[in-house]
Amino acid sequence: MNLHTIVWKEIRQRPSPALGCVLAILLGAAALVAIRHVNLFSQRQVERQLQALGANILVLPKGASIQDYYAADQNGLTLPEERVSQILLAGLPGVEQLSPRLCASAELSGQPLTLVGILPQAEFRAQQTWQTVTLFKKNAACGCKTVAAEPSAADRAPEALVTRRAIEQLGGDEVIAGADVGRRLALQPGKSVKLLGEKFQVLAVLPPTGTVDDGRVFAHLHTVQRLAKTGEVVSAIEVLGCCEDAAGGLVPQLSELLPDGRVVTISQVVETQVGVNRLLAGSSWFVLVVLVLAGGISVASAISSNVRERRREIGTLVALGATPRFIAGLFLVKAAWLGLAGGLGGCVLGVLLAVTVGPRWAGVSVMPLLDLMGLVVAVALAVTLAAAYWPARGAARLDPCSCFQEV
Amino acid sequence: MLRLENVTKVYARRGVDIVALRAESLEVERPSYTAIVGPSGSGKTTLLSILGGMLSPTTGRVWLGDQSLYDLPASERARVRRQQIGFVFQTFNLVPYLTAVENVQLPLALAGVPAGEQEIRAVTLLDRVGLGERLHHKPRELSVGQQQRVALARTLANDPSLILADEPTGNLDGESRRLVLDFLDERHRAGCTIVMVTHDAAAAQRAGRRLSLCDGRLPEDAATRGAEAA
Repeated sequence: MNLHTIVWKEIRQRPSPALGCVLAILLGAAALVAIRHVNLFSQRQVERQLQALGANILVLPKGASIQDYYAADQNGLTLPEERVSQILLAGLPGVEQLSPRLCASAELSGQPLTLVGILPQAEFRAQQTWQTVTLFKKNAACGCKTVAAEPSAADRAPEALVTRRAIEQLGGDEVIAGADVGRRLALQPGKSVKLLGEKFQVLAVLPPTGTVDDGRVFAHLHTVQRLAKTGEVVSAIEVLGCCEDAAGGLVPQLSELLPDGRVVTISQVVETQVGVNRLLAGSSWFVLVVLVLAGGISVASAISSNVRERRREIGTLVALGATPRFIAGLFLVKAAWLGLAGGLGGCVLGVLLAVTVGPRWAGVSVMPLLDLMGLVVAVALAVTLAAAYWPARGAARLDPCSCFQEV
Repeated sequence: MLRLENVTKVYARRGVDIVALRAESLEVERPSYTAIVGPSGSGKTTLLSILGGMLSPTTGRVWLGDQSLYDLPASERARVRRQQIGFVFQTFNLVPYLTAVENVQLPLALAGVPAGEQEIRAVTLLDRVGLGERLHHKPRELSVGQQQRVALARTLANDPSLILADEPTGNLDGESRRLVLDFLDERHRAGCTIVMVTHDAAAAQRAGRRLSLCDGRLPEDAATRGAEAA
C-alpha cells in the first residue's frame, strides 16, 4: 500500500464529488479541444486555399455572392465575354493569365452535373491583337510570365487545369471530367459521352482536388455557350496576377475598368471563413477561461470539503507518523488524478465532437492533434493542482488533535 | 524518559487567552504505566497531543530521551512518532475506506516498508488479535470490539516503545474493555511505556502511577508514585 492506493480507495469510497469534478473539467476540456480542432483545421484550409490560389482575382457579375471561391461561378449571373478582351486590351501590368468560365446544368447518364465552359490558353496567343498588347506589357520588373509566354510541358497536360486553373488545349468536341464524375460514371480518356445532346470525347479525368471541381465536367467555352444558348457570356473570369503585389494593385484598376463586375481577391473570398476562424479563436479563449474558473472552483471546493470531512482521518494519519508533505500529497495526487481523468476524457470527447461536427459546422475535415490534446491535458492538470494547492496546504497544517475524542 | 519542562499551552479564543495546560515539571520513566484522570475540559487531550509530538506547546520543552521533540522539524517529529510512539484512540479511528488488513498496514506504509512485507506483518498481527478471518472486511462490517482489536493491531504494527491511549475503554462493552486493558498490561510487561488518559477509575487503578489534571494544572499524586516505586 502507498499514497496512490490510499487516494484511489478514497475516491472509490466517495465517487460522487470526484465525478462532479471530473465532469466539470471534462466538459471544459472537451469544448476547448473541439473548438481548437475545428479552428486550427479551418485556418489550415484557408492557408491552403490562399497558397493554392496564390494571387488570383475573380471577376464576377455584380450581385454575385462569394461564399466559396470554387463555387463562385455558380450564381446564375453572367458577364459579357467581351470583358475578357477588355481586360487584355487595357494592358494592365501584372496580369499573368486569364481564365473565363461559364457554368451550365447538364445530365450525363441520367445524373445531373455542372458543365463548365473554359477557354484554352492557346487561343489567347492565337489572337494577334492580344498577343501584340501583351508583348508590350511584359512584367520585366518582377520577372512574371504573361499570357503570351510559351507554356512548359507540364502546363500543356490537361491536369494543369487543377494546378493552374487553366488548360492549354481543348477541342470543341472534347471534355475533361472531374475526379468524382470520372469515378462515378467510370469515364476514361478516349471514351465518348453525350452532353446537352452533343457527343464529346473524354480527354482526361482530373485528379481529386477536394473542391466542387471534382463533380464538374469541363468543355470548350464556346461549345458550352452554344449548347446552353446563353450567347457570348461568362459566369466568371479568373485573373492570375503575377505576384501578390501585382494582384493587390490590379483590383482597383479592374474595378474601374469593369463597372458592371465585382472584382474580389481570394483573401476577400475567404474573409467569411477567416471571420469564423477569428470567432472560434476568441471562443476558445473564452472556453479556456471557463475551464480554469469552473474546473478550478469545482476542484477547490471539492478538495476543501474533502479536507473538512477527513479532519479526523488526517489527525489519525499524523498520529501514525504521516508527514505534512504526505498529507498534502493525499489531496494533490487526488486532484491530479481528477485533472488527468477530466483532461483525457475531455480530449476524447472533444475530438469526437470535432470530427463529427467539424465538417457540418465549418466545412472542414478534422483529425486528432496530439500536441493540442497534450496541451489541454497539461492545462487541466495545472488547473486542478493549482486549485487543490491551498486546501492541501491547509490539510497539512491541520491541528492533528482532531483525531482525539474530546475528554 | 519522557519529560515535560515548564510546558504551557495557551489558546486564544475571541481575543481572550485561555491556559489549557500548565505543567512545570513532569517525568515519565521508561518503562512505566501512567494514568491521567480529570474532568472534561481539564486539558487531557492537550497533554496527550503534546506528549505525542502533535501539538507544540506555547512555552517549555518536551523531551523524549535526549531529544527535544519540538526543536525538531515537523518531518522529524513524524519520524519519531512512526518509530517510537503508538496511539490507542477512544473511537478507534480506523480509516473507513480501508479494510482491516490495510488499516494495520498504514503505519508500515508510512514508514516505507515494502508492500509485500507490510501485508505479511499486518496479517500476522490480525491473527494475533483473533481477526485472521476478517482481514478484508471494512470497519463498518466489523463489530465495535473487532474494530478496537484492529486498532490495537495497528498500534503494534511499528512495535512502539511508548503507547499513548486516549480513553481506550470509553466505548466498549465489558469483554472488549477487558481485552484492551489486558493488551495495555501486556505491552507494559513487555517493556513499553504507557500513558493513558481516562475517566474510568477501575482502568486507572491498573496503572502504577495516577495523575489528575484540573483546570490544566498537573499536581502529581505522590502517593501512587511512591507506591509504584515501592
